[in-house]
Amino acid sequence: MSDYAIKVEGLGKKYLLRHQAAGRRYVALRDVLTEKAKTLFGNRKSEIGNRKSTEEFWALKDISFEVKSGEAVGIIGRNGAGKSTLLKLLSRITEPTTGRIRLRGRVASLLEVGTGFHPELTGRENIFLNGAILGMKRIEIMKKFDEIVDFADVEKFLDTPVKRYSSGMYMRLAFAVAAHLEPEILVVDEVLAVGDMEFQKKCLGKMEDASKGGRTVLFVSHNMDAILRMCARAVLIKQGCVAASGPSREIVGRYTHEHTSQPNRVVLGQQVPAPYARRGILLHNVDWTASSAPWTLGFGEAISFSVSFECLKPARSVELGIALYAPSGTEIASTSSIATRPSVHLAPGQYKFNVVYESLKLVPNTYMFGIGIKSEAGCEDHFPKAFTVDVVPSTSSSLFQTDTFEGYIVPNVAYELIK
Amino acid sequence: MREFTIEAGKTERHYWADLWRYRELFFFLSWRDILVRYKQTVIGILWAVLKPLLTMIVFTVVFGKLAKMSSEGMPYPVFVFVALLPWQFFSSALAEASNSLITNANMISKIYFPRLVIPASAVIVCFVDFLISAVILAALLAWYRDWPTWRVVFLPAFTLLAFLASFGISLWLAALNVKYRDFRYIVPFIVQFGLYISPVGFSSSTVREKAGDFVCHLYALNPMVGVVNGFRWAFGSNVPFDTFGLLMSVAVMLLLVFSGIKYFRATEKAFADII
Repeated sequence: MSDYAIKVEGLGKKYLLRHQAAGRRYVALRDVLTEKAKTLFGNRKSEIGNRKSTEEFWALKDISFEVKSGEAVGIIGRNGAGKSTLLKLLSRITEPTTGRIRLRGRVASLLEVGTGFHPELTGRENIFLNGAILGMKRIEIMKKFDEIVDFADVEKFLDTPVKRYSSGMYMRLAFAVAAHLEPEILVVDEVLAVGDMEFQKKCLGKMEDASKGGRTVLFVSHNMDAILRMCARAVLIKQGCVAASGPSREIVGRYTHEHTSQPNRVVLGQQVPAPYARRGILLHNVDWTASSAPWTLGFGEAISFSVSFECLKPARSVELGIALYAPSGTEIASTSSIATRPSVHLAPGQYKFNVVYESLKLVPNTYMFGIGIKSEAGCEDHFPKAFTVDVVPSTSSSLFQTDTFEGYIVPNVAYELIK
Repeated sequence: MREFTIEAGKTERHYWADLWRYRELFFFLSWRDILVRYKQTVIGILWAVLKPLLTMIVFTVVFGKLAKMSSEGMPYPVFVFVALLPWQFFSSALAEASNSLITNANMISKIYFPRLVIPASAVIVCFVDFLISAVILAALLAWYRDWPTWRVVFLPAFTLLAFLASFGISLWLAALNVKYRDFRYIVPFIVQFGLYISPVGFSSSTVREKAGDFVCHLYALNPMVGVVNGFRWAFGSNVPFDTFGLLMSVAVMLLLVFSGIKYFRATEKAFADII
């Protein structure tokens, strides 16, 4: 077929993981030099150790698909499946290791709104700057300037530094610039995951316009409702490979209900605990115990998991705490075992807490859980980002237009009409 | 319709064309950095004026009055300031550019553009400070009624040399800084050390007198030696032209620029992955 706008062939991206640097984000010259010095003085052991500690990791492997001109295609997949890597390759931020991408037409990628915004600059200055960053020509920006200002509704504050803007104004302005890009191909990440619902709806509407206006749109999202609404076709990515592609209804259904091969255990030992943890009690694993696919659940279903831990020395008043965070990082709720299990005194040994969140209706999105355990002596162990759970629209709730819900929780509310 | 291919290992091909396509971004980034620089600090421009002025006073007192070094027939303050002009540009360019990629990490991980634009725009911003200092120099010359001769027309050439030398080193430092995060501790040292091994407070003929020709030739490996001597030659009527130093500086500068671009481009592809 020759009417493609995007054609991806055998695309792959390899990363080298450095295990040695666990807990340390960057390579320091100091370490490289000491390592070199060690090998120089005949300490062969460290070289071998070093080689062992880097591991190849294919974030994407042999990805091929095609997007026709004027088509809107959704990319779905769970966290870490390689969606973001794919976007980064498409927008040329990083180079592929294998394969190729053919693009026909001017590409604009929105991995974030407001990239390059500077708080010290005024709204007017930021419009020009951000426009240039997104690839607009100066003349183009000048032509659309009034439209952008109108859309963002910030006319009065045009000459105020954006650091004095409210976060809502800031987001509106940032999105307004992006919305007035007129590329032939639009690549969009979950920019919609930020901002309030009002804003998200505005974004979605604008993107629908874009795809209806004959533009090619590639849209990555966790929001299945949005995918269903906007995209006729979807591609499911699983562990760096294309698992399926086809009509979005089919693919979304498959993604939602399929029991993925993802392990139902999260090993906390592989994560870095909070620095203040005393580590007298060690949190080991979190096991998914709900009947749904691991770490995924339909809207309105109960969340249940168990947390196993080990007590190294006798501990008094042990308390397990769990925090639930919205995608934006806001803490939605925190609970503690002390409410149902007060004064737990433990002798050294292995234990497990079964945790069930009953009838917690979370609006479809991705939520983060943090787990901590403490005793009389203080915080024993704490993983602020222990695991994430994807809440997806469920079949039972398909009557609900969940994408119209604002906030994160749908409480049980009784409405009584009285005349 | 424009067709474009992204292929493993072949992104190199479009590089220079891309750099041209992104010239507007380059312009806007420089413009942003300049605006921010003079907006953010309350004393913005005042700082750009005070820094060289205070340094000049200290150097004049220490080297001119206390050590009584030769100033090759120029008033000592002018003698020092003429050297400070390129030196301060050079040192601030190094400091700013080496951090530029890290400060723009967010942009690098979210948007594609030739990364070369970032350190280049950092150097441009320092060039604005240079221009401000140049105005002060003009005022200083007027005060001492020390009018430059025809030689001053060569000043742009020496400025270009300073610019390219700064740019070359900046590319190295910026790229290394992304890869090795402790590199930023080395940069201030290079800058501080450089001030003492460049003929800013004293004249390079002093070096020749005290240490001999050989050391003086070795000394010229520092690209700023040729630049500073060139600046002094352009302003002072009694300053000898340092041909060897200049050729050396040009050679070192070319080496720095080419190797800098090469190293930068080799590492640039991975910036988004490691930043």
